[in-house]
Amino acid sequence: MPETPDVDVIVVGAGPAGACASIELARAGLQVVLLERGPFPGSKNMYGGVVYPRILDELIPNWWDEAPVQRWVTRRSTMVLTPTQALTVDFRSTAWGAPPYNGATAYRPDFDHWLASHAEAAGAQVLCSTTVVGLLRDANGRVVGVRTDRPDGDLRARLVIACDGVNSFVAKEAGLHPPVDAANYTLGVKETLALPKEVIDERFGVRGREGVDIEILGGTGGVNGGGFVYTNLDTIAIGAVLKLPKLAAQKRRPEEIIAGLKAHPAIAPLVEGAELKEYSAHVIPEAGLAMMPKLTGDGLLVAGDAAAMCLAAGIWLEGVNFAMASGMYAGRAAIDAIRAGDVSTAGLAGYERRLSETFVLRDHRKLKRAPHLVLSDRVQHVYPELITSVAERMFRVDNPEPKPGLRRIVTSERKRLGIRRRDLARDGLDGFRSFG
Amino acid sequence: MTHIERDHTWPEISFQDRMDTVRFDVHERAHITVDGRTCEGCSTQACVVACPANLFVPTSDGGIVFNYEQCFECGTCYLVCNEEGAITWTYPDGGHGVVFRRT
Repeated sequence: MPETPDVDVIVVGAGPAGACASIELARAGLQVVLLERGPFPGSKNMYGGVVYPRILDELIPNWWDEAPVQRWVTRRSTMVLTPTQALTVDFRSTAWGAPPYNGATAYRPDFDHWLASHAEAAGAQVLCSTTVVGLLRDANGRVVGVRTDRPDGDLRARLVIACDGVNSFVAKEAGLHPPVDAANYTLGVKETLALPKEVIDERFGVRGREGVDIEILGGTGGVNGGGFVYTNLDTIAIGAVLKLPKLAAQKRRPEEIIAGLKAHPAIAPLVEGAELKEYSAHVIPEAGLAMMPKLTGDGLLVAGDAAAMCLAAGIWLEGVNFAMASGMYAGRAAIDAIRAGDVSTAGLAGYERRLSETFVLRDHRKLKRAPHLVLSDRVQHVYPELITSVAERMFRVDNPEPKPGLRRIVTSERKRLGIRRRDLARDGLDGFRSFG
Repeated sequence: MTHIERDHTWPEISFQDRMDTVRFDVHERAHITVDGRTCEGCSTQACVVACPANLFVPTSDGGIVFNYEQCFECGTCYLVCNEEGAITWTYPDGGHGVVFRRT
């Protein structure tokens, strides 16, 4: 005989996805338990450092008045590095420094804790220090709850929403994930470096709460990936995102790659003298659509990094916003399904429909080629030198030689670097299909 | 840490000092176990290079010993591992393990 559910919905993981799912569910009057294995929401979470909270307009009006933001990103740079060169595209907008804002740097333990407090305020029960160790299923395999490591361990619900992060043991146990392939993951490592606010303002050319986001191609020491530098109020976040199989094959330690980045002539003046406040690391689901699990099972939805919702598309590096949105839509689909009395895969179809109608899956579908392209060997190890050497020759004065045309420079540098024209054309087309 | 040529300076720190910047509430139960005998047949020992906390240490007889205490719980080790069953990976008990800093 089926046991009665203890609550309507169990949400596993109090990160951005779990918090937003819980906010929607609790506001609809459903009984929600939000489980968090850390001692507080956000305690297990790290990222590079920038969040784009636009989607929160739907959940927390004027969120910018209360969100624990470090700085508003008003300056966004993309930097291409070789060991001795740097080419930077630098964009600034004062509009991003005023409501409704665009991106912000924030510490995840602060941000996630704040977001989960909204779930609690809406009526969700937040249970911290509780690790989910397995799923409860009925005779038909339908998910009916979770087993936790608490003494009174089992908790039953009409529906479980797995927002348990990149390793998502819940979605894996439910059989929603294809076999794990390390090539779909990157390791993010970061140093949080303390410097006085005035020094950061001066070095990065910003004032007040203005902040800087620098994304870096090249500079990761032969390991496919990317670098980043972000400004917090009185710290700088510097780190690298590293493709796992390459990291292992190149025999380069993650902290050595950060050290190499910090020693680069274009980066060193920004970080010198800073003191390490915290070292941190996290794995990132990097491959987007190519690695996404099934998002729905009987009695189960998957959201956030657990569903590989992170968008790693070179010029767009986003994750928290995809987590918040997928959690929110999972919450909405769950409300409909519970009210209709059908939490089967079919009854939960509203989740994937919502994702498909909005940026969550539309961006992932449009950018499905981007993660692979951005981490490809040519983009990683050949094009940075092509770009910087073309720039060097454009800006170098070779008198008495006359100025060469751009086309001639590109052709000669392409040949010098052994890049075949058809490879360049194919990558260009792939890039255009993604970013065009 | 390998020596890096540089014109600029920042405080040089040891790996242990680096890890000491991170808070860990260590549980007595090891949440990751490594079957060192399986590792003896491993040609890559990718975990030794890739673990950001540098928790995997090769032994003289070709095996690997592992410390679970200062683990980021990131999953890198089991993802890069190519020896079936060498690494058994779970999350630490609730409330334990790494605790990233709040301001």
